[in-house]
Amino acid sequence: MGLRDRAALLLAGPGTAWLAAFFVLPLAIIFVVSLGQRDALDRISLADPSLANYARAFDPRFLPTFLNSLRYAALTTILSLAIGYPIAYWISRHGGRRKVLLIVLVMLPFWTSYLIRTYAWMIVLRDNGVVNALLQAVGLTSEPLILLNTDFSVVLGMTYGFLPFAILPLYVSIDRLDENLVAAARDLYASGRAAFLHVTLPLTMPGVIAAALLTFIPAIGDFVTPDLLGGAETTTIAKVVQELFLQGRDWPYGAAIGFLLMVVTLAGTLLAVRTVRRELVGGGD
Amino acid sequence: MRRRANPLLTGYALLVYAFLFAPIVVLVVFSFNDSRRNFVWKGFTTEWYPSLLANDEVLDALGVTLRLAVVAVLVSTVLGTLLGLALARLRGRSRSGLETLLLVPMVTPEIVMGLSLLLFFLQLFDGRGGFGQLSIAHVTFCLSYVAITVRARAAGLPAHLEEAARDLGASAFEAFRLVTLPLVAPGIAAGAMLAFALSFDDYVVTTFNAGVGSSTLPLYIYGRIKFGVTPEINAISTIIVAVTALALLIAWRLGRLRSPAPG
Repeated sequence: MGLRDRAALLLAGPGTAWLAAFFVLPLAIIFVVSLGQRDALDRISLADPSLANYARAFDPRFLPTFLNSLRYAALTTILSLAIGYPIAYWISRHGGRRKVLLIVLVMLPFWTSYLIRTYAWMIVLRDNGVVNALLQAVGLTSEPLILLNTDFSVVLGMTYGFLPFAILPLYVSIDRLDENLVAAARDLYASGRAAFLHVTLPLTMPGVIAAALLTFIPAIGDFVTPDLLGGAETTTIAKVVQELFLQGRDWPYGAAIGFLLMVVTLAGTLLAVRTVRRELVGGGD
Repeated sequence: MRRRANPLLTGYALLVYAFLFAPIVVLVVFSFNDSRRNFVWKGFTTEWYPSLLANDEVLDALGVTLRLAVVAVLVSTVLGTLLGLALARLRGRSRSGLETLLLVPMVTPEIVMGLSLLLFFLQLFDGRGGFGQLSIAHVTFCLSYVAITVRARAAGLPAHLEEAARDLGASAFEAFRLVTLPLVAPGIAAGAMLAFALSFDDYVVTTFNAGVGSSTLPLYIYGRIKFGVTPEINAISTIIVAVTALALLIAWRLGRLRSPAPG
């Protein structure tokens, strides 16, 4: 190991220690607590460790919650890809010198408060909100449409929140694509559609996969959107965890569900990292 | 040769931008609406802003939020800068290991990070939440963002600048302080701004780790939002959007400033 490497490890020391103490260790503690039970006083008892809480997590009563989170995340991912691909394509091919600015404009709402952006949708969607006022003013509806506290508002809010995560990797992937390849396909008499389906889309697939995972991962663990834009009956994994912790007081069970959520997230992330790495290596840099 | 954009595609792109900004515009506009029920436009007023200054709960929450953000920014900027510089120097396995360690907190669901810290403090220190616990939590989720921002800046620097300083008789520390640090400074400032925006805005991790008397502005807002839309909340939200937008604008300018690696 060279002097340079040793100096680098020294620099990394304090931050690594911080993350080991306040990130890795707490995750280990979630796992330990998830093996325990709730005692008569709602405290955590580790006297008789077992996997019972994990068995409960796969209980048929919990299954609808899990499927609901999965459904919201899947719909959000599909919508984000469908909305994001064309705009990423447009920025890359027609953005010219303003490309960076156009990408910054996409990211700007993402960096303003997530809580407040979700609240803004409450103003827009509620019974006497902007959308309903407009619809009634034009005479399209006489009664307000119920938009808030529905599956629609949850998926809309999540798509709004995570769309930038889809656009960024799609843009990077499309921007790297050599336009001559598409031109070559066209020269060989491929229609615009065929050139897209057989050249552009397969070559930007790593970007599509990265975009899908980067949308899916935050969507599956999201708490704020389903809590604010969903109704009382809207149950998601994160909402159940929060209720178990702050109201139900069954902490070991909540810890087990939280740990499972973490495992799903990590698996998705590793998949995303491998996809992106492969693209960078395959891209010939 | 640049092809002309399909007008349909351009129109679509403009619609997506409208979708991204419309809710924020609506929020800002309605914070100036002269109506308590505030779903129809009744006329322009600024009355909701001064009424915030008379609200002790808002001012207390703002105080906690700002103190918390200052601690989170200071600690995470120092640790994150060192991590970012380390990342820019490391090679091979130790680099990908450190990259993974920094990536995982960024993708961890906030609810998991919040409850893991709650259990950590409860089980090991019998902690019941409070300012100290919140500070540690905020530093933890800001750290990776600072490190990655600093690394992006440091990775663009030519490696031999520091070596040249050493050849000219500077000690390792002098070379770092007089050559590396000034060159990386915009990245550090940008990272600090991001940390500020993240800390100032956090709800989920905070709700698990705030004790009695350490309620932050997002906690206050969330509590009020659950009961409906009010003009005061619109006004607070507008101020927060303005403050974060300003912080990000500064971060962006600093990140671009005198960039050694154009593009």
